Amino acid sequence: MIRTRGGRLRPAWAYGVAVAFLAAATLVSALVGAADLNPLDTVAALVHLPSGLDQLDRAVLFQIRLPRIVVGMMVGGLLSVAGAGYQGVFRNPLVDSGMLGASSGAGLGATLAIVYLGSAGPAAVPVAAFAGSLAGVAIAYLSGAVGGSGTATLLLAGVAVGLFLTAVQTYILQRSAQDLQQVYSWLLGSLSGATWQQAAEILPYAAVSVTVVLLHGRHLDVLSVGDEEARALGLHPGRVRLVVVAACALAAASAVAVSGLIGFVGIVVPHVVRRLAGPSYRLVLPLSLLAGAGFLVLADTLARTVVSPAELPIGVVTALIGSPVFIWILRSTAAVRT
Amino acid sequence: MNAITIDGLTVDLDRVRILHAVSCAVSPGGWLALIGPNGAGKTTLLRAVAGLLPYRGAIVLDGADLGALRGRGRARLIAYVPQIPVLPPDLTVQEYVLLGRTPHLGYLGSPGRTDQQRAAEASQRLDVARFAGRRLASLSGGERQRVVLARALAQDPRVLLLDEPTSQLDIGHQQQVLELVDDLRRSRGVTVVSTLHDLTQASQYAGHLVLLSDGRVQAAGPPPAVLTQDLIARVYAARVTVTADPAGHPVVTPQRPPPAPPATSAPPGAS
Repeated sequence: MIRTRGGRLRPAWAYGVAVAFLAAATLVSALVGAADLNPLDTVAALVHLPSGLDQLDRAVLFQIRLPRIVVGMMVGGLLSVAGAGYQGVFRNPLVDSGMLGASSGAGLGATLAIVYLGSAGPAAVPVAAFAGSLAGVAIAYLSGAVGGSGTATLLLAGVAVGLFLTAVQTYILQRSAQDLQQVYSWLLGSLSGATWQQAAEILPYAAVSVTVVLLHGRHLDVLSVGDEEARALGLHPGRVRLVVVAACALAAASAVAVSGLIGFVGIVVPHVVRRLAGPSYRLVLPLSLLAGAGFLVLADTLARTVVSPAELPIGVVTALIGSPVFIWILRSTAAVRT
Repeated sequence: MNAITIDGLTVDLDRVRILHAVSCAVSPGGWLALIGPNGAGKTTLLRAVAGLLPYRGAIVLDGADLGALRGRGRARLIAYVPQIPVLPPDLTVQEYVLLGRTPHLGYLGSPGRTDQQRAAEASQRLDVARFAGRRLASLSGGERQRVVLARALAQDPRVLLLDEPTSQLDIGHQQQVLELVDDLRRSRGVTVVSTLHDLTQASQYAGHLVLLSDGRVQAAGPPPAVLTQDLIARVYAARVTVTADPAGHPVVTPQRPPPAPPATSAPPGAS
């Protein structure tokens, strides 16, 4: 039997589906593009077998497509795990990885770098976005986590901090119109400049943050019965929330640093995973990592092929898929509640 | 064992004193029912024993002061079932009952075979194993209450704190749940402290009653000593008669005031 009684996939099957999805997305992305690579030769080259790819084809595969796929996987996995983690901490399936001032902090950081650092700006954008994202979450957390207050206060503080940072960013941008296009193209997200070096740079942060979040799946399950009952079960909700929020913030900041702002991945992927595998975070977190990686690789493949040789911003592609799904989430949760 | 002694328990919430130096005790494996009007402090007392509120005074379990115990240590001894538990709608019964094993797991531990077994036993015991794969959202009121009790039992507690365990149930399911709790108490020696609104049920199931009002103990003792017509009239401002059931438990029956004398004159304008 593939499905259990609750209409869910059994864990082993769910992992199988997620891994197959990621593998398929990787293969499609490696094969599709401006340079026409022979599928069999490409697969052979990928698994280090003798292959008919010439020098140029190999360069396309290993220096352009593969780093872009790997960075895409990392970004998609990080955003999805961060989104799922936040959803567990806040007991709210509609919270995204950009919540709590993360996106607006990153946006402000990138804008500051582009507007004020002149020629050094572009190189400084990843670091500025990374720092801005973490700072945004820290400010939101410190403003909202007043002694024993609930998750709603924290989320509201996050909204307020986000609006504030966005206002500052808009003000700066409005005074320096010549940088508008550069800032906006960053804001919409792109993997077009992905390199092996980028992947290596965010790997330590990605590894640490994902490991910490994955280790807290069981704690998030306990939190689902509410702070009071979680405490009666011996859990310290405030401590778990702080650790998971910090790890999710680090995950989202690492992703933002190399990709710009990519919305909806953190909402859509965990939600689809929940539909297939049930609500337990011990499954939702690792499956979101795999499915999110595959989803973003596919989205990026679309972004770079649909209007080829030009590229769509990947944030536009995920939002085009994400918005309808988001509405579907809203409608179906409303239906359950009535 | 599992005797609880509460001594001079004082709780302030938002600078308002909710409990004023409350003292009471339960014998090992006994059932203490907290009764009293709304706002008397019954739930606050339960939450203090569960370690969910700061308090002054002592709560002692078998000679050991629980004040020094926090988090998991306390949760291994005491299970708390709130009046309206949060039931995540998409969790299955099995997953939910397994959450009861939380205090027995290390910070990064995950439930092992023993934990699965304990959760399965608790589910068998409360007859919810038959629908272990169902979502919580699909359960009836009686099934929910049994599932919540199964989670509490999976915790392997020595003390069970129940806040109005029957308030959402019809009379048949109320009796079923109270019998189950009494059975757990007898067979496993678990000490039960519960709040109960229904005074007759309190007298039938609890060996010891504590009547609270305005955060103070008004009366304590076996049901016949506490459930008197005068005391109920004074504390609840209620009009009742107290009789006894065949087993000698007090039965509290509400009474209506005598009918008002019929109107003597027709209202003005009536023909």
